[in-house]
Amino acid sequence: MREHDQQRSDQPSSGSGFNRRDFLKGSGAAVAATALVNEATEAQAQDKKVASGPVDVTLNVNGKQQTLKLEPRTTLLDALRDELNLTGCKEVCDTTNCGACTVMIDGKATYACTRLAVEVQGREIKTVESLRQGDNCDEVIDGFVRHDALQCGFCTPGFVVATRAFLNKNPNASLEEIQKGLGGNLCRCGTYNGITACALELAKKGGA
Amino acid sequence: MSGRSVNWRNSGLIGEDTPRLDGRDKASGFAKYTYDINPEGTLYAKLLTCTHAKAKITRLNVDPAKAIKGVHTVYLFKKEGDDCNWDGELVAAVAAETADIAEDGVRAIEVSYEVARHFVDEDDLEGAKAAERSKDIVDKTDGDPDAAIKGAAAVHEGYYGIATISHMCLEPHGVHSQWNAGGDGPKVVVHNSTQAVSTTGPQFAQGFGLDASDVRVICNYVGGGFGSKFAADEWGLAATQMSKDTGRPVRLMLDRPTELKTPGTRPSGFGKVTVAADKDGKVVAWKSHHWGTSGPQGGTIDGNQMPYVFSFANQSVKSTGIATDCGPNRAWRAPNHPQLCAITDAALTDLAAKLDMDPVELYRVNLEAGAVEKVAQSKLAVYQAELDRAVELMGWDDKWHAPGEGDGPVKKGVGVALHRWGGRAGASTCTVKVHPDGGAEVFLGSQDLGTGTRTVIAMVLADTLGLPLDRVKVHIGSNAYPPANPSGGSITVGGVSGPVRRAALDALWQICDKVSAKYGVPTDDLDAFGGRIWHDHKEVCRWEEACRLLGTTPLETSGKGPENDGLTDQLVGGVQMADVSVDTETGIVTINKMVAVQDCGTIINPMTARSQVYGGLIMGIAYALSEERIMDNMTGRYINADLENYKLPRIGDIGELVVDMYQPESEFARGVVGLGEPPVISTGAAISNAVFNAIGVRVPVLPLTPKRVLDALAAAKA
Repeated sequence: MREHDQQRSDQPSSGSGFNRRDFLKGSGAAVAATALVNEATEAQAQDKKVASGPVDVTLNVNGKQQTLKLEPRTTLLDALRDELNLTGCKEVCDTTNCGACTVMIDGKATYACTRLAVEVQGREIKTVESLRQGDNCDEVIDGFVRHDALQCGFCTPGFVVATRAFLNKNPNASLEEIQKGLGGNLCRCGTYNGITACALELAKKGGA
Repeated sequence: MSGRSVNWRNSGLIGEDTPRLDGRDKASGFAKYTYDINPEGTLYAKLLTCTHAKAKITRLNVDPAKAIKGVHTVYLFKKEGDDCNWDGELVAAVAAETADIAEDGVRAIEVSYEVARHFVDEDDLEGAKAAERSKDIVDKTDGDPDAAIKGAAAVHEGYYGIATISHMCLEPHGVHSQWNAGGDGPKVVVHNSTQAVSTTGPQFAQGFGLDASDVRVICNYVGGGFGSKFAADEWGLAATQMSKDTGRPVRLMLDRPTELKTPGTRPSGFGKVTVAADKDGKVVAWKSHHWGTSGPQGGTIDGNQMPYVFSFANQSVKSTGIATDCGPNRAWRAPNHPQLCAITDAALTDLAAKLDMDPVELYRVNLEAGAVEKVAQSKLAVYQAELDRAVELMGWDDKWHAPGEGDGPVKKGVGVALHRWGGRAGASTCTVKVHPDGGAEVFLGSQDLGTGTRTVIAMVLADTLGLPLDRVKVHIGSNAYPPANPSGGSITVGGVSGPVRRAALDALWQICDKVSAKYGVPTDDLDAFGGRIWHDHKEVCRWEEACRLLGTTPLETSGKGPENDGLTDQLVGGVQMADVSVDTETGIVTINKMVAVQDCGTIINPMTARSQVYGGLIMGIAYALSEERIMDNMTGRYINADLENYKLPRIGDIGELVVDMYQPESEFARGVVGLGEPPVISTGAAISNAVFNAIGVRVPVLPLTPKRVLDALAAAKA
């Protein structure tokens, strides 16, 4: 947005000043320009600014290789949600604070809103949907239901993935470790009690 | 349920912990929220919002946005010459092939403002008066408070406040709207993130000269509302217009900063209180003047409900609304109550301190004296019983000490507060269908905000027909179904459970009539339980055999409510206590333990009921300790409108939570009363009182941030 007011012209967006995502996308475009120079389309090569316009991006999502036409600045979150219709990961803060977009990349819990799709090619991406096959659910999902660790449910898939990744790494976690390990996710309805109870129960069983 | 009476007794499922039926779908990401609706061809819309508190748009050129490849349309909320009235007010929306391109479009719009003077300091009563932005709303006196104060044994004067907060729905407000959805279906299909599936359709229709029957509103899941999602809203109409213009479905969800700034906030409240008591702690006089802002509307919290829960023979109350250039307010979980409670209960605890008295004792004395509002008179004994339980669960008598007593830099303290809420069942209707093969389903235009509505409906239907939960299907979340109440004010569980019970009983009794005729047993004495029909504890037939008597056509019945048949009631109390540690060197407050004792009549699903109370406590901890809208006086902007700087508690910040659902026979007998609002009300006051007990100094304004705690300690020293 270009703004021409008399007093202030230093606000870069409708947000609250500095916008981390804009920064990410800007640098993402630069990264992409380097990484994709061979793959860029002719049209892009002629673009004198930075690489833009869609390019082929191949992602390994939930065990499947999928090639998408994406702009290099596209976040992993937007690619998963808007292109692959994997909407379990949610867009909430868009500033890497809330964890609603958590997915696993090579087994590690990661905020999908802060990674570009183009930079996670060749990595193993798992979304919450991978934790359920038909009626067969991961223990974390069933544990959340059993402990009523959800209300509106919008933060829940992110918490489920974070819990799964955390327990994989810390199968016998203590209460204190759980509170630290799951501190990267936010809930508004107030479901922390059930989430803690679920994680503790699973940790007592070795994180199953 | 022997005999043809309408009640909740002799039930198999009612009152049993039942995991929510949509739990797996939500937890596995299979549940589709409005934000997740993404059919082929969807355009994504992004917003341009005003960056000033008060300004006139002098130039607005959207052509550069339209020129961007992939941008399909630009919608204008404002035009040149229009005023903008708060930071975050909507100016334009751009719909494009991708969200990123839509953002490019927003950045390309050329907009200029003529900036006017703003006023955003909501606690500055004198400044508001000088700027002619204040308006006295309530000014009333009962008895003679000044005379009563003169003769009192103890008089306390204090200043208290509670900041504005945002709803912070994790799923922002927004819609996915499709004009000409095709086929024989309605003209417009709107997936709306809403608390009001049954009532938003006409608003969309009106905006486009359509009949309400042309509009289908769908909301299967909603990611938080808390009182702010009842309308079609201008962004909903904008998305629909953009879909009409482009022939493509359009998804418009508010971005996070706009979600905090524009679709509602909880109004602030600040006030001076003088309260006086006799030597036994009986309050003899109350005087208060409070103010605050609801944004441009210039309202404040309801003076007619001050003091909160309590009412004294001599009292005067004044309230003054301040019109600010801040974002507007909307109902926030228990509108008015948390603020009224934070002011009233803090003043009462401070008064108890003046008398060297335990505040629980002060409550008891005044409850004993019947010094509560007329509406709460029937709760006197309940409050006393709830205080007993809370005292025990908190270990209050061992923990409470004279305010500020204790050594070392980290001090512990406990606090108490109490609340009330109405929670009368909303007006709803439903249709129950029983099929000849024994399957049953229920249709109603309700919505599940995460309170467990869907599960409660299934429990009531299955319980009434004597079936397991997996034999019944619940259809909610569409205005194609019989209208149900909007979910606000704790009216939904009562609002839906009554009609479903009545419709299901009607169906059962019609089937029993057929069973009676076929098997020659008296119809009034038939029971349905365990998938069978019983007479006098003897099986008459299987449920499927009974339903086969319907022939080939399903049986359809309808139910409505509320009715005065005992299935629902109104008015709940509730007591909460907090146990905190305060680090007097850093100002950091830590929650050690919270206790909530909560009545709500008949509890259908204790598991989800407890979750409501846990949730209330955690939201209460949030507004008590960390969350607030911070307006910058210099720029007039909401400067922490993101999840980095708008602080919410995380999983390790809540301490031990003890939830006690108070349901003696007298409560069960009342029928269902709503529960959504009450548990969030007295949490803030209880925590504030605990901090006072710990450090012996009142930190006047919530949230009790480290800075406010340190400032209060420094002021007390000076």
